[in-house]
Amino acid sequence: MAHDAGTDTPELTAGDGVRRRDFINIAAASAAGVGGVVTLLPLISQMAPSADVLAESSVEIDISQIKPGQAIKGVFRKQPVFIRNLTPAEVAEANKVPTGSLRDPQSLAERTKPGKENWLITMGVCTHLGCVPLGAGEGEVKGEFGGYFCPCHGSHYDTAARIRKGPAPTNLEVPEYAFNSDTVVKIG
Amino acid sequence: MSFPWANEYKPSHPFMQWMDEKLPLPRFVYNAIGAGYPVPRNLNYWWNFGILALVCLTLQIVTGIVLAMHYAANAGVAFDSVEHIMRDVNWGWLMRYAHANGASAFFVVIYIHIFRGFFYGSYKAPREMVWLLGVVIFLLMMATAFMGYVLPWGQMSFWGAKVITGLFGAIPLVGEPIQQWLLGGFAPDNAALNRFFSLHYLLPFVIIGVVVLHIWALHIPGSSNPTGVEVKTESDTVPFHPYFIVKDGWAVGAFLFLYCAVLFFAPNMLGHPDNYIPANPMSTPAHIVPEWYFWPFYAILRAFTFDFFFIPAKLMGVLAMFGSILIWFFLPWLDKSPVRSGHYRPTFRKFFWFGLIPTMLVLFYCGGAPAEEPYVMFSQIASLYYFAHFLIILPIVSSIERPDPLPFSITEAVLGHDDKAALGTTA
Repeated sequence: MAHDAGTDTPELTAGDGVRRRDFINIAAASAAGVGGVVTLLPLISQMAPSADVLAESSVEIDISQIKPGQAIKGVFRKQPVFIRNLTPAEVAEANKVPTGSLRDPQSLAERTKPGKENWLITMGVCTHLGCVPLGAGEGEVKGEFGGYFCPCHGSHYDTAARIRKGPAPTNLEVPEYAFNSDTVVKIG
Repeated sequence: MSFPWANEYKPSHPFMQWMDEKLPLPRFVYNAIGAGYPVPRNLNYWWNFGILALVCLTLQIVTGIVLAMHYAANAGVAFDSVEHIMRDVNWGWLMRYAHANGASAFFVVIYIHIFRGFFYGSYKAPREMVWLLGVVIFLLMMATAFMGYVLPWGQMSFWGAKVITGLFGAIPLVGEPIQQWLLGGFAPDNAALNRFFSLHYLLPFVIIGVVVLHIWALHIPGSSNPTGVEVKTESDTVPFHPYFIVKDGWAVGAFLFLYCAVLFFAPNMLGHPDNYIPANPMSTPAHIVPEWYFWPFYAILRAFTFDFFFIPAKLMGVLAMFGSILIWFFLPWLDKSPVRSGHYRPTFRKFFWFGLIPTMLVLFYCGGAPAEEPYVMFSQIASLYYFAHFLIILPIVSSIERPDPLPFSITEAVLGHDDKAALGTTA
C-alpha cells in the first residue's frame, strides 16, 4: 500500500510542526473515547436497585400485641427487622455495661427513641456476613448476653443488640424509624 | 511454534487441499492436537487432566444449555422449575444431576491439574503465561460455580448468595453501595437471581476463550514433562496423535466411569439437603456451608476472628481469602529454583508432601465444619502455614536447596541412556 503522502506535504504543515490531521485524529479519538465511556454509565447503572425495589423501602408495623419480653420479626426491604419490647430487667442490664468497654460503643438510649427505651428496633441481619440471628422468636436461644445469637459464625449480641462476642464488627443496625402512634411504628 | 521435526500437514484429498488454501482449519487442528504437535514422550498420567478439564467444560456447557431450556430465572418460580426439571421433563433428572455432579467433577479434575503444576513446577519460565491464564480460568470457574449454585433458589442458594455478596460489604466506605449494586437490591432477590443466571450462561464461553489462550500459550514452548528437562531432540518426543490421543482417550474412559458411578448411584452425595428447601429470607439454616470445592478458601475466610492492627477481622478474612488465590499469580517469581520438577528437589518435595498437601486437607476439612473450636484454631494454623508456604518457604527453599542431578535428556530419563552421538545427525 502506498504511503499516505498527502498529509506530509509542506503546505498542510503549520510552522510549529503541528498538522491539521493531528488535530482531527485527536478530536476523533477523544470524541469516540468520551462517547464510549458515557455508554458505560447506563450499562453499569442498570444493575443498581430498580424503582420498584426502592419503592418497598418503608413499612408500617403494628406493635400493640408485643408484651414485655417478647419480640416479632417484621420485613423491611425484604430483610428481617426485629422489634423487641424489653423488660425493665433487660433495660437495666443494657445500661449496666460501660459503653467504653464495647467493640462498637453505643448506649441503649442512643439506639432507641426518647421515652421509648423499651422498644429496641434493629435489623435482623448479622453485621458479620448477613445471617439472621436467633433470639426474636419464641424459644430461640438468645446467646450468652441475653439478646441475639447468630448461629452461622457465633456472634453474640446483648439486650441492646450490641455485639459482645464473635466475629461481627458492629452492633445490629438500627434502621430509620418513627412512632406514628403508640401502637404503630413506621420503618424506613 | 513447534519443533523443527514436527510432522507437516499434507492434505491428500482434493477437497482438503482446496480447504487448506481457503481456511486452514484442519491444518490448525493437526498442529494443535494432531500428529503435527510433538509431545515429550515421558508424560505420566497427571498430564491427562488438562484434557479431562476440557471434557468437563464441554459436559457442563451441553447439560447447561439443556437445563436453560426448562429453567425459569424468577424468584417466584425458580425453585419449582428445578423440581419441574427433576420430575416432569424427559430425562430432566439426568441432565440436572449430570450438571450438578459435573461441577464437582470439574473441580476435582482442576485441583489435580493445579497441584500437578505445583509439584512439577509447570508455572516456571518459559510457561509463566500458561500458568497465569490458568489461574484466571480457575477464578472464572469459581464465579461461574457460585452463581450456578444460586439458581435453584433453595435455602443454601439464597444464604450462600447473601454471605458471598456480604463479603463485598466488608470493603471500607464503598462496600455497602457495591453490595447493593451487585444484588440490585438490599438482599438477594429477583434482580440478583436474574443477573446471576445471565452471567452463569455467559462465563463458560469466556472460559472457552481463555482456554484457547491457555493452550495457545502452552504450545509456544510445548508441554512440560515430569523431569522438567526441556525437549532437546526428536527422540525426546512423540506425536500427539496417535500417542496421547489414545492415552487421553483411556483417561476420559476412566474418568467417565467414576463420574457415572457418582451420577447414577450417589447423585446427592456432594449436595446439601437444605437446598431442597425453598429460599426463605426470614430464616437462616443452622449450618451454612458452601459447596465442597470452596471449603479450603471458606476456612481461610473464617480463620480471621480477631482485628489485625487497624484492619477489622471481617475485612481481613475477605482479603486473606481472595489473597490465597491471587498469590498464585506471583508463584512463578516466588519459586526461584531453576529446577522445575519436584522429583529432583528433595527439600521442596518434603514441604510439598508434608506441608502444603496436609495444610490443604486441614483447610478443606475445617471449611466444611461448623465455626467452632477446635476447627477455628486448626484453620488459623493452617492459613498461616498456607501463606508461609508461598511467601517464605518457597523463596528460601529455592535459594538454599541442593537439587539432585538432572538427567541429560528426556530420552535418558526414559531409556536409561541417550545415544548422544546421534545428536549431531538429528539436530
